[in-house]
Amino acid sequence: MADPMRIRASMAGDKVEVRVLMSHEMETGQRKDAGGAVVPAHFIQNVTVTHAGKTVLSAQWGTSISKNPFMHFRFKGGKPGEKVTISWVDNKGERRTDEAVIGG
Amino acid sequence: MDRRRRELLQAGSGAGVLALAGAAGLLKPGEAFAQQWNKAAFDSKTVAATLKALGGGGSTESAQIQITAPDIAENGAVVPITIESAVPRTDTIAILIEKNPSTLSADFEIPAGTDPFITTRVKMAETSNIYAVVKADGKYFHAVKEIKVTLGGCGG
Repeated sequence: MADPMRIRASMAGDKVEVRVLMSHEMETGQRKDAGGAVVPAHFIQNVTVTHAGKTVLSAQWGTSISKNPFMHFRFKGGKPGEKVTISWVDNKGERRTDEAVIGG
Repeated sequence: MDRRRRELLQAGSGAGVLALAGAAGLLKPGEAFAQQWNKAAFDSKTVAATLKALGGGGSTESAQIQITAPDIAENGAVVPITIESAVPRTDTIAILIEKNPSTLSADFEIPAGTDPFITTRVKMAETSNIYAVVKADGKYFHAVKEIKVTLGGCGG
């Protein structure tokens, strides 16, 4: 199981500003190890962010998102104390879901 | 449940495990991803082919899309990119890196209520044009910016 995401969600005016840092190798499948063998691709393919049962952002990613992916975005309709839930699934079927409480 | 399993089955490698998890009832509703992974688009090697795989015939350059990124990236493994679209009814924002082994880096779906704004970090193999492709009201628009890379981020 991958390490937890670090999520920061806070109000910026009437919008919720979300910053998330995920812990993932994001291996491209292009790299060779010391023995010359190709390191198989291992990367996050889908990310979904939900708030109050509604998807506020979803993404499909390829191998060229940097290791330990970072994302920053804003959405309307959230209030302090409510939760933002972020999930990802990678190409090996591993998944992780974390949530954060919106700060004031 | 059936429909969701089908989508997972289509999602490419690793799907077998997911389908099994779904069949065994391990996936709770809401945990499953409504969206699938567009393998054809992520396998594309050119900007034109990627656009086509994303469903666009062509794209118009637009001054309403802004790419904020460094002109020179010292480390191609971590290049911060911000894309902001002022195109009305922006539905998706895709990041394409022309000279990477696979052109498409990410495709973000922006529901109503979410700002057409996204920041992330990407890997760049070499100096290349970056395309921000926005789908709005069924039409495609793009902006382009060149980023010079001192040290490539794919490979050793």
